[in-house]
Amino acid sequence: MDEDAGSMSRVFNSGAGAIVTKSIGIKPREGYSNPTVVELGHGILNAMGLPNPGIDEFEDEIKNLKKAKVPVIGSIFGSNSYEFVKLAEKMQSYGTDAIELNMSCPHAKGYGQEIGSDPKLVKEITSNVKNSTKIPIFVKLSPNIMNLIEIAKEAEKAGADGIVAINTVKAMKIDLDLKMPVLSNKIGGYSGKAIKPIGIRCVYEIANNVKIPIIGVGGITTGEDAIEYFMAGASAVQIGSAVYYRGIDAFKQILNEIETWMKNHRYKELSEIIGVAKK
Amino acid sequence: MNYPKITRIVRITKENPEVKTIYFENDEKAKPGQFFMIWIPGNDEIPMSVSFIDKKIKGITFKKVGDATKSLFNLKEGQKIGIRGPFGNGFKIKGKKILFIAGGTGIATITAAVEEAIRNNISSTVIFGVKTKNELFFEERIKKLGTEILISTDDGSKGYKGYATDLAKQTLKEQKFDQIITCGPEIMMKKLFDLSKNISLQASLERFMKCGMGLCGQCTVGNGLRVCVEGPVFDKNVLKDIEDFGKFKRDASGRKVKF
Repeated sequence: MDEDAGSMSRVFNSGAGAIVTKSIGIKPREGYSNPTVVELGHGILNAMGLPNPGIDEFEDEIKNLKKAKVPVIGSIFGSNSYEFVKLAEKMQSYGTDAIELNMSCPHAKGYGQEIGSDPKLVKEITSNVKNSTKIPIFVKLSPNIMNLIEIAKEAEKAGADGIVAINTVKAMKIDLDLKMPVLSNKIGGYSGKAIKPIGIRCVYEIANNVKIPIIGVGGITTGEDAIEYFMAGASAVQIGSAVYYRGIDAFKQILNEIETWMKNHRYKELSEIIGVAKK
Repeated sequence: MNYPKITRIVRITKENPEVKTIYFENDEKAKPGQFFMIWIPGNDEIPMSVSFIDKKIKGITFKKVGDATKSLFNLKEGQKIGIRGPFGNGFKIKGKKILFIAGGTGIATITAAVEEAIRNNISSTVIFGVKTKNELFFEERIKKLGTEILISTDDGSKGYKGYATDLAKQTLKEQKFDQIITCGPEIMMKKLFDLSKNISLQASLERFMKCGMGLCGQCTVGNGLRVCVEGPVFDKNVLKDIEDFGKFKRDASGRKVKF
């Protein structure tokens, strides 16, 4: 629900405060063939393969969204600093309010996590993008790396305005009957309820090591899930898979649940709970 | 759980040189116009609307056009496929008299709908439009119901020579209908939409689909309507606000492609 202006405005009208676009690259990409998504017991496994119409074709979608006054965070992926800079400049020129650098897709060769686990590359890309744009830059990190804290610190040093954590958890499902992986790409990323504790741990660890704001993501389906992320140190949250569990109204429902929880626990401002669980 | 159920093909029938029906066990409740995600292991997983509905057995009918349908076409009875669904809303089969119009492989979807209309004692007229008579199938299934069936072929090899839309225009002049139900090329359905005037209309849309569960956004039309969840059948009053209808679809990468 993040590829075209119509869908993104529908999600915005369902209560989301801003929309993160599908990750956009330099050239059109069809993504992997199906099956690309399956539901498992406690989450959703996907390997879409970064399908996107390419940055040039995406201009119309952003412009239509901005006409409808929807706050947009343009997500981009590239294989090197040059591509990231080019994409960021274009996103900015289309009118996006911020940019998210996808350095965490777990299943696309040469992209995402392969870049986001190399501190030098993270630093180079983040600072080059930051120096060539004027809008806030967020770096989306993967939970599948051993040097998460080091990477988050590098992003901060390079001038990132925020860290987004986490992307999906690298995973696989084998069908017992067919004795083969279900996804056509075999390996995918796990999202939904099962990954929330992983996301909470990552946000908590990052929050203890950087000063820039963190956007928490991973398995949020209820208001209390979001509260948990706030306590771990997130200042905002992203929601995706909950659309499957609760429908597009998930955004409104989660907002209401956050408000109810805060009222019941006598909090007035979110800032009162952000990071309260930190050491 | 939205996970493919592995099942063996129980029966295959060849409807014409390029069209086959595959029957499989599925005891879910299915409505005409709904679809299944069919996993052809090692190849692809594609949406296919239900063409045969029985309590325990369902069927899909398809023409070999691309890689996935070609490999589906080559499967044998007893081989395994994965099934998710049925998904989507399906047709609301109601009214006093329905005009059903199918173009090409839309015949598969419409035939199941006509059978339900007849079960509900709704008077029906059926138009099947194809390029040439060799592409026809399911004519006997409709005739068995005792329903009026009109055929159009582009080349005049059978029935009315010309487009199904022209035959529909003529039929709408001769008889009174309160509902049009259609499935076929979108240009055809758009023409019918324009012709329908004060008559209700439901059209089954086809878009490139990936997840089939309302998440990926690949199949959305208009203001974020997911063909896999809110569709594939859309009412006239919804279609009028879908700017894509009859104009463009999106390819696998999300680029707009004109019809």
